[in-house]
Amino acid sequence: MTLWEHYHLPRSVDEALSSLAAYDGRACVVAGGTDLLLELQQGRKPPVAALVDVTRVSEMTQIAETDGTIYVGAAVTHTHIVASPLLAARATCLVESCGVVGGPQVRNVGTLGGNVAHALPAGDGTISLVALEAEAEIAVSGRRSAVSREWRPVLSLFKGPGKSALDRSRELIVRFRFKGAGSGEGSAFKRMMRPQGVALPIMGMAVWLKVSGGVVDEARIALGPAGPTPMRATKAETYLSDIPLVDDVLPQLADLVLQDAQLRTSPHRATADYRAELIPVLLERALKLAHRRAATGEAVPEGLGM
Amino acid sequence: MTTLHFTVNGKPIEVEIRENEYLAEVLRYRLNLTGTKIGCNEAECGSCSVLVNGVPVDSCVYPALKADGCEVLTIEGLADSWKAEGGRMKDELHPSREAFILHPLQEAFVQNGAPQCGFCIPGILMTSKALLDHNPNPTDHDITAALKDTYCRCGGYSFIKDAIKAAGEKMQHPDQPIRPVGLPETKAPLKVIGRPLPRPDAVEKVTGAAMYTDDVSFPGMLHARTLRAKYPHALIKRIDTSRARALPGVAAILTADDIPGEKNHGLVINDWPALAYEKVRYIGDPVAVVAADTREIATAALGLIEVDYEPLPVVSDPVQAYQPDAPKVMDSGNLLKHIKVRKGDMTRGFAAADVIVEDTFRTATTEHAFMEPECAIGRVLDDGKIEVYVGSQIPYQDRSQIAKCLNVAVEQVRVIGCLIGGGFGGKEDIAGQIHVALLTRATGHPVKMLYDRHESLLFHPKRHATVIRVKIGAKRDGTLTAVETELYGDSGAYASLGEKVMTRATTHSAGPYEAPNVQADCYAMYTNNPPSGAFRGFGVTQSAFAVESMMDRLAEALAMDRIELRRKNALKVGSVTNTGQLLRESVGLLECVDKVESKIVELQQMGDASLSRISFAPHPVPGAPHRLRAWGLAVGYKNTGLGGGAPDKSSAEVELRADGTAEVRTSSAELGQGLPAVVAMCAAEELGLPYERVRVLLSDTDCTPDGGPTTASRQTYVTGNAVRYAAKTLREAVAATLAEKYDVPPDSIRFEEGLARVSGHTVPLGDAAVLMKNEGRSPKALYEYWAPKTQPLGTGGDMHFGFSFAAQAAEVEVDTQTGEVHVLRLVAAHDIGRAINPMALQGQIEGGMIMALGNALTEEFIVEGGYVFTDYLARYKMPSIKHAPEIISFIVEDETADGPYGAKGVGEIASIPTTPAIANAIYNAVGVRVMSTPVDQDKILLALRRGEHETR
Ligand SMILES: Cc1cc2nc3c(=O)[nH]c(=O)nc-3n(C[C@H](O)[C@H](O)[C@H](O)COP(=O)(O)OP(=O)(O)OC[C@H]3O[C@@H](n4cnc5c(N)ncnc54)[C@H](O)[C@@H]3O)c2cc1C
Ligand code: FES
Ligand code: FES
Repeated sequence: MTLWEHYHLPRSVDEALSSLAAYDGRACVVAGGTDLLLELQQGRKPPVAALVDVTRVSEMTQIAETDGTIYVGAAVTHTHIVASPLLAARATCLVESCGVVGGPQVRNVGTLGGNVAHALPAGDGTISLVALEAEAEIAVSGRRSAVSREWRPVLSLFKGPGKSALDRSRELIVRFRFKGAGSGEGSAFKRMMRPQGVALPIMGMAVWLKVSGGVVDEARIALGPAGPTPMRATKAETYLSDIPLVDDVLPQLADLVLQDAQLRTSPHRATADYRAELIPVLLERALKLAHRRAATGEAVPEGLGM
Repeated sequence: MTTLHFTVNGKPIEVEIRENEYLAEVLRYRLNLTGTKIGCNEAECGSCSVLVNGVPVDSCVYPALKADGCEVLTIEGLADSWKAEGGRMKDELHPSREAFILHPLQEAFVQNGAPQCGFCIPGILMTSKALLDHNPNPTDHDITAALKDTYCRCGGYSFIKDAIKAAGEKMQHPDQPIRPVGLPETKAPLKVIGRPLPRPDAVEKVTGAAMYTDDVSFPGMLHARTLRAKYPHALIKRIDTSRARALPGVAAILTADDIPGEKNHGLVINDWPALAYEKVRYIGDPVAVVAADTREIATAALGLIEVDYEPLPVVSDPVQAYQPDAPKVMDSGNLLKHIKVRKGDMTRGFAAADVIVEDTFRTATTEHAFMEPECAIGRVLDDGKIEVYVGSQIPYQDRSQIAKCLNVAVEQVRVIGCLIGGGFGGKEDIAGQIHVALLTRATGHPVKMLYDRHESLLFHPKRHATVIRVKIGAKRDGTLTAVETELYGDSGAYASLGEKVMTRATTHSAGPYEAPNVQADCYAMYTNNPPSGAFRGFGVTQSAFAVESMMDRLAEALAMDRIELRRKNALKVGSVTNTGQLLRESVGLLECVDKVESKIVELQQMGDASLSRISFAPHPVPGAPHRLRAWGLAVGYKNTGLGGGAPDKSSAEVELRADGTAEVRTSSAELGQGLPAVVAMCAAEELGLPYERVRVLLSDTDCTPDGGPTTASRQTYVTGNAVRYAAKTLREAVAATLAEKYDVPPDSIRFEEGLARVSGHTVPLGDAAVLMKNEGRSPKALYEYWAPKTQPLGTGGDMHFGFSFAAQAAEVEVDTQTGEVHVLRLVAAHDIGRAINPMALQGQIEGGMIMALGNALTEEFIVEGGYVFTDYLARYKMPSIKHAPEIISFIVEDETADGPYGAKGVGEIASIPTTPAIANAIYNAVGVRVMSTPVDQDKILLALRRGEHETR
């Protein structure tokens, strides 16, 4: 059985899109392949005519900062993200989430773009991007292969579990952008695994906070799986604005997160009840850590590689 | 086809490939760099790790074209990469071989006993190299992070950690020797016996030269695949292979009709069809096999075979299977065996009790997950003889089973063992052996049948899931008055070794205690689940969990110290076991308990100097009061050898060569447990030869005498003895020859350092061999060793010729906010009679405990209505280096008279008390008793929240 016939290694976005277009929907973008190739191999996805490998497109493999906005190429590997001092300081949650994806072998090839485009509600990198309110630059090949680009919020790229809103025959993610943490801002990511059963996190949460004068100015809380797509806990975010983060508010915050979350029992992974128990725990851990970072400006990523 | 340009191990390579090949395939099958191993094909196990531009990747899911223009380093290039970096070192193991330079990692792995079966080692070495290249002084944490997804099922994680650190030091200080691993204290060694020597096959295992079955190939070889059942239970109405046959490149398709001889195989009962006929009984049942020019074509052909089934109702658990109205898996019914143990009078026993406790436990099906999936190659020779290359635990039985199916004489079949990448009991039954023999006969070509991980998971026998009820009565002072157990074992679709396994579970189900009244009933049931068979611990892993959990509960009910309770009832010399066996010697259980107890007291005294006995009370982690730590303890025992009246023998041959080396030959299998070192050491000891001068040839039915099955922790004992006596016989023959020549009494001749010292003369043993040959005597000896006779269950007397004992304690930490459980430390003492090779022994002990930790915390092979859920490694989690706790190990050497130098078996005992020790520790930490394995953090947390005291 041939899972794919041809393998292309384009050097530019335009070249990648024209390869995709040439196969008219029968080709697929591949980055690290750590999701896609397994899906093909295990028959969860039908064979394709071609794979278009985007990891040699140089603009997709850069990490850069301009005017406080950080750009991370979609084909940047998790390893590359973890090694970036810029991201460690200014997007700590992203480093923490990419630092726990798989093991070194998977992080050395797996990419942030793949994590988003795979569209799981609990992709670790994805959850942090959501808390960072990131946008994705999508390159689209139009008719007569004219390529256009547009920025879309990362959250808009999800349709359902494993269902990306991207048109795979003519769209790809070039890079992500978000505002790097400034003074009084900090973030953190925490997740829970289960040692048995399916090797997917049972709950992941990223928190981004802006604090000043002892109160929280703005909070962003992203989590998954707590619904068909990654989500923001907006009720809790609103509640936390303009109040100090003290232990007393934690139960109320957790309740509000639970109100937004649609928790499910996934067979052999976790029960909804258990997930509900984890939310307050992860929330407290991530909030306190993000808060400390925001308040002190010190951000040393935790838990990398574990 | 396209051309891939890249650099492999420093050499520029251009190779024609298909665009859809993976890097691992190109390396292994196109460049013949077979050191890179494939364990899973799903980026889970890390066996296939190679470095691409200096960083490790899983080459099994790495499209080869991704490597275009890159530098790839594989295990075969590791040593040269060190030379290229200017690294120089003496080969400490072979000082004479200056030219043979290993990378410090390889050297440290060899000397520190890191490779066991060796299958994971190339991947681990490559991942470690990447680590050391940028961090030559890694901490435990750094190593754990680097190897997190590179698994070693032999569980040698602490050896691996030590070896990596030692290698890092060596890289910085090449002139210093490699730091040796710390090993538990053992008795003073003899000349060779008792020394921690590296395995004879260690160097090949660290260089990638080691040949496992899939590393072998022959010109013109075809590739075979198996069509498996679509339903767990169904009648086969029709099989049509015509469309598949028409596919170009298909050489043969065989179904049950094509089997000339016996259609079934089986280790005990011949009930397992080599190819299903009439009906399928589980989802892994083979229905047809295909041989084709390539694996891809064979796979495509499977999709073209049409099979019409009539699905039948499914029996999915052993208790259901026992109900009278359950669907029948076998025509004869679902009861494989009702196993009974009877001792004393239960009514009187319970009447005499002051306290009675009773409860029911469940254990999950678990999977061996040996790193090397099954592979077999068949080859028909010009004279019609069939050769089968396979990594099997029982080569001679393979041979007879193949011959029966082919309807040929056994001499027409030769089984040649390849290295085995782990077995643990899972490579005793027939996998592809019969099928490749049939296919090579049908096609005239060599045929390889390689199972991928998915297929391996579906197909081979597992550890029995059990339901075990335990009822214990005791006097107020703790004296046991009666123990009653009832077990249901899920033996799956075929007998395999199910009856034997459940017999062991049953006879051991009251624990290593002397109780006057014992009754045990076990129902080993056929179901439509994958068969269950041998798996390290052989049923005792399950029953130990139940009875040792109950012993803690009994101690609580009696308000008695749990160690005292165990001491009071422990088996000792003079005890009579449940099956009526008087223990006359070698019962080191109490010494094991003492060792573990005093070590833990010592550890606890660091925190609280006033303690004089173990505190099992929970302690919060300073600064994190929601994390509670506590110790838990359990004991166990396990028979050595087949027992139960089965004739238990092994044959070995030892031959002296003119070059002064000796060769040991036996068919016994090496699964990573270290048998070659053991037998080489026995021969070296008896012949007075340096260890390095003994060669070992295993597992070849034409060249090695029958060592019997590698199972039941028996090989050190039986084959160790066979080799020892063969070597002794040979030594006596040499002595007799020299005695005649020099006219001295034979017993005046001394053998040392490879020389015979004959009153003033020294004769190299090689010369003695030549002398013998010249005189028409053969410088070799064959010995057939028969272990002491045993009695069948129910007849009283000695059911087994020996038992190993253990006490283990686990320190766990439970997070009361999340239910997560971590095992921090394991303290263990094992009575194994005598440590023949303390390094290999420690490998077995740690590996057994790590495997059992998986049994307790991570592993569950899930089958739903006969369909396997855990059909990929991503769904079946075994312990990684992350789970590996600190292990403090003690060896108790309570020698057994008939064992080689006093040794008993060790292969299984280490994996028996671990699960209940962990479960007891969890209870001690948070007050929640684990009633079923594996421990589920989800259930623990919910029990805590609901104020419940157990998880069901
Ligand atoms: C052993 C193992 C452990 C893992 N552990 C984790 C974990 O802990 N947490 C976690 O979140 N994930 C985990 N993963 C999943 C996976 O590694 C990550 O999701 C990874 O980030 C996927 O990236 P990739 O580059 O490999 O994606 P690919 O497999 O190459 O692609 C995934 C999907 O995204 C599409 N795609 C890729 N790049 C683009 C692009 N630029 N534009 C448009 N579409 C694109 C592909 O077409 C495909 O549909 C694990 C995987 C394995 C094998
Ligand atoms: S990770 Fe590649 S073989 Fe297992
Ligand atoms: S030595 Fe690691 S799997 Fe056997």
